[in-house]
Amino acid sequence: MSESKRTPTEKADFKRELTEVIPHLRAFARGLCGRPDMADDLVQEAMMKAWAAQERFEPGTSMRAWTFVILRNAYLTDMRRNRFRGEYDENVAERILTAPAGQEEPLHLSDMHRALLTLPPERREALLLVGAGGFSYEEAASICGCAVGTIKSRVGRARAALTSMMEDGDIPRRSTDDAAAHYAILQELDLVASGNGLASKTR
Amino acid sequence: MEPDKKKRATDSSENAKVNLQPAGSHKGHRAERHPEWTNGLRRLYDSVVAEPLPDSFKELLSRLDEKS
Repeated sequence: MSESKRTPTEKADFKRELTEVIPHLRAFARGLCGRPDMADDLVQEAMMKAWAAQERFEPGTSMRAWTFVILRNAYLTDMRRNRFRGEYDENVAERILTAPAGQEEPLHLSDMHRALLTLPPERREALLLVGAGGFSYEEAASICGCAVGTIKSRVGRARAALTSMMEDGDIPRRSTDDAAAHYAILQELDLVASGNGLASKTR
Repeated sequence: MEPDKKKRATDSSENAKVNLQPAGSHKGHRAERHPEWTNGLRRLYDSVVAEPLPDSFKELLSRLDEKS
């Protein structure tokens, strides 16, 4: 693909918008794959893909939604290649996710993150998009390449599972549990990846 | 969001939305109301958004410029 069709101004606009969504890409990636360093690698990979594909971005549409699709595809591809070994780094996570100073009660965000990581990937990403990223069901459906009803159902199931885990205190505590959960995730990934024709959306 | 569900006296912080105390008597309400961890999920996301951008991203951005 030639990169010469876009004017310098358009390229500058694209780059500015891409720069603005980086923090959101990092947050989404962190939710997907748990380890901050791996998440950042994933974001960089997605940024390079987005840059290479920038002529397919329609100016005026949501850069965040567009790049999330790319990030998501990169994640699914990497997961199938087993690049993410699922070694959830508790120390790093505790440091990153810990409550701000002055907080009387720890927010247990790391518990929440661990619980999140046990969810099947398609439910996890649906909940991340809607419950954390603030996307509408319609936008999330578009990002995931599935029906709105499917997203609603996934979010509902993810919420129910998380509620159950949080209220009952049934949250994986140790990295071995996370590894076990990760195997389950890997097993489901092929289903997710093959089920909704993602590769055709951005490639 | 729903302070009535917070049972512990120590849990006085407005921001402490993620309550890990078992709330057995509320099971019937799970389907209808947003549970207390909902804000925690958003906080999880927002806490990463608020992080300063690592230098590696700035380096990548400048490399992108060189390529084009």
